[in-house]
Amino acid sequence: MDKLRRILRSTGFVNASSSVLAILVGLVFGFVIMLISNPAQAIQGFGIILKGGFSGGARGIGQTLYYAIPIIMTGLSVGFAFKTGLFNIGASGQFTVGAFTAIFIGIKLNSLPAPLHWIIALLGAMLAGGLWALIPGLFKAYLNVNEVISSIMMNYIGLFAVNYAIKHPALKTAPTIFDTTMNLTSNTAPTSILPKSFLSYLFPGSTVNIGIIIAILIAVFMYFVLNKTTFGYELKACGYNKHASQYAGISEKRSIVLSMVIAGALSGLGGGLVYLSGPNGRRYKVLDLLLADGFAGIPVALLGLNNPLGIIFAGIFIAFITIGGEYLQSLDFVVEIIDIITAAIIFFSAFALVFRGFIQKMLKAEELAVSLDDNHSSLRRQNSGKETGGEK
Amino acid sequence: MDYVIEMLGITKSFPGILANDNITLQLKKGEIHALLGENGAGKSTLMSVLFGLYKPELGIIKKSGVEVIIKNPNDANELGIGMVHQHFKLVHNFTVLQNIILGVETTVRGFLEMEAARKKVIALSEQYGLKVDPDALVENITVGMQQRVEILKMLYRDNEILIFDEPTAVLTPQEIEDLMAIMRDLTKEGKSILFITHKLNEIKAVADRCTVLRKGKCIGTINVQDTTKEEMSEMMVGRRIDLTLDKGEANAGEPVLEVRNLVTASREHGRKPLKDISFTVRRGEIVCIAGIDGNGQSELAYAVTGLMQIDGGQVLINGQDVSKKSIRARNLSGLAHIPEDRHKHGLILDYTLEDNLILKQYFNPEYQKHGLRLLPKIHSYAEGLIERFDIRSGQGAITLTRSMSGGNQQKAIVAREIDYNPDILIAVQPTRGLDVGAIEYIHKQLIAQRNSGKAILLISLELDEVMNISDRILVIYEGSIVGEFNPKDITVQELGLYMAGSKAREVNHG
Repeated sequence: MDKLRRILRSTGFVNASSSVLAILVGLVFGFVIMLISNPAQAIQGFGIILKGGFSGGARGIGQTLYYAIPIIMTGLSVGFAFKTGLFNIGASGQFTVGAFTAIFIGIKLNSLPAPLHWIIALLGAMLAGGLWALIPGLFKAYLNVNEVISSIMMNYIGLFAVNYAIKHPALKTAPTIFDTTMNLTSNTAPTSILPKSFLSYLFPGSTVNIGIIIAILIAVFMYFVLNKTTFGYELKACGYNKHASQYAGISEKRSIVLSMVIAGALSGLGGGLVYLSGPNGRRYKVLDLLLADGFAGIPVALLGLNNPLGIIFAGIFIAFITIGGEYLQSLDFVVEIIDIITAAIIFFSAFALVFRGFIQKMLKAEELAVSLDDNHSSLRRQNSGKETGGEK
Repeated sequence: MDYVIEMLGITKSFPGILANDNITLQLKKGEIHALLGENGAGKSTLMSVLFGLYKPELGIIKKSGVEVIIKNPNDANELGIGMVHQHFKLVHNFTVLQNIILGVETTVRGFLEMEAARKKVIALSEQYGLKVDPDALVENITVGMQQRVEILKMLYRDNEILIFDEPTAVLTPQEIEDLMAIMRDLTKEGKSILFITHKLNEIKAVADRCTVLRKGKCIGTINVQDTTKEEMSEMMVGRRIDLTLDKGEANAGEPVLEVRNLVTASREHGRKPLKDISFTVRRGEIVCIAGIDGNGQSELAYAVTGLMQIDGGQVLINGQDVSKKSIRARNLSGLAHIPEDRHKHGLILDYTLEDNLILKQYFNPEYQKHGLRLLPKIHSYAEGLIERFDIRSGQGAITLTRSMSGGNQQKAIVAREIDYNPDILIAVQPTRGLDVGAIEYIHKQLIAQRNSGKAILLISLELDEVMNISDRILVIYEGSIVGEFNPKDITVQELGLYMAGSKAREVNHG
């Protein structure tokens, strides 16, 4: 009993259960929207969403993991910045420049041998994302410009700069980057495509490749950096209390710049991982629209409570729901409604923090009741043995 | 008996602690009744019960002999109970008058009716000698004035029972005297006052009776006139406390900290500029900077420790000029700093106790290898400090600092700064907001450091502290040092005159 109570009260359990509770509320809300929009097929549709990535069998699970790669990376990016006291809303721009750099290297440097080619492409993507975040980082550290504003601006600069570069005449020479007829980027060289390794046996027919393994390893690495290194200790200290960090002799400016660069590199790597997945993977579409992957990172980070390990699960869950939404098209649901439903579920999932406070409060109340029970007998004993004081 | 409020046999527990154990408090009409106890003795819990914020498990509350049930603060207000909180609850960009009527505005057809309110406020402030300008913005008036606004708020609501929660913590010595006079006037007009404090001098000065709490228990209610301060402190702490410190002669050695012609401009809003400050602190002595709050003490500490840039002059530690050096470099050359604001600078409240205790040493090879934190070593180091300095917390080294009491948070900072074996320790108001036991403890630590040959610069607003533990006193006024004294050769009154700027004399540099 005591052991159970201790487990129930451990922070890990409280965190996990609050995320689960947030998801449940989100699902109920999504179901309500389905009931309103299409009452006849609501229950059937809800079943499809719940089955999510599972309805496609092994291939479906593989697709879920593939969808999870970019949002795990942007989730890590946002979550890492949060932990260090920064709000990186520029994940979309960093993701975009990372994607472009990977595609550029993947197409243009086609003389490189296989593993080297995609490794260099990924490193390029990280570097580009990091540089893109360096600018708001420097502005924040040295000129006290709010990183939210500057990184939103960097999102647009990134998007339009990439679109401009892709169509630029200088890049028209073979091998071309832009596939004019499809309005997409061309396929990258076979040497630049991430290997599927054993995943092709596990999830036959799906697009998933070792990108998911890389994403998970990076998440574990980030967890390690944040919790076990002096570097992570310094960064978190600045995030929690910059005055006390300054007092302790930690350079706040250095911490801000470094955490922005790392956050940017994570987003940039996400862009690289997604766009180096071969002909069945995603290709970059030239649109005047910010990529949603960057913004999806925010609910992923919130649902994972900014914990890198939590973010792995949060990313996979949100990919799972998104795929479930796509299967919903087999029923009579309008595409827009499907987007609203998945968005509602994700929206509520981001409330994990609120639910954590709620669960902690409930546990406290229960603890109080228990301790009152324990104390009750002793209270009575003390009271009966004593006269009221002060009545002199 | 004509008790206006009686709290009989109040018992209230929280997980793991019995915050109030069968406490009885009876307030007579027209008296000032002090509630004395250390931090964590249960004073706040008892007052929260009176305000309906907590429901006691046992016990009843009577108003003028009739049992009442107080479920929330509104009930308390209707019974005429009002409170001045330790941290004022005022809207800063509202005027005094707007703040006073907030929540009880009179309106005519939906429009505010201010004239009647203004007349009542002016009448009240004249009746009780609470001089304030009703049209001044709260952010522009002094802390002492803001407190008067809080008192007027209670009077405006016709409260009969006034609770003052640690009202003197934020005031200057002169303001404290004014407040005491106001409190006496209020009781003459028939108000009854509950005065929560842990300062014995103030209880001696104004209170009629005093109820002492210790660890949630009621130790007793005494007549203040018949009881000495020593007896009261013994009741409060449970053991004999030395109110006077026996510290022996100073044995000053070579200079450790030298400040030469230090100048800072007031770049930020609200910063006092420092004007040509020079002094020296030697090994084995405690030098104290005395002054009224806001005369440049914080700026001096920031300038010496590196939290603020200086615009002229030099700061030397062990003969080495550190004026342009980083904070880390200054710390490494032997400077330790117990900061004024322990929540802002002293601690990372969301870190555990052990992570805070290692804050100045985490980068030492002893506690990290190639950037990897040696967690078991950090843990055992923290456990060592916790034991040696008797830092109490719920879960030991892994307690979240935020959940610790103020006294233990301060002990953690003192432990960290002392253990790091500095040559010069700069302590800024190290005992602010602490109870007698913790103050005694910190004073003893400072003196022990002095006796072991460390140089100590103490910046304090408490004159008792200045007189008791310093070996030399420097008085700061408007950003300048206006006098240097030996505590044995000067009275508190005379020191007060220098602090208020009405006297100044040439300082013997160095």
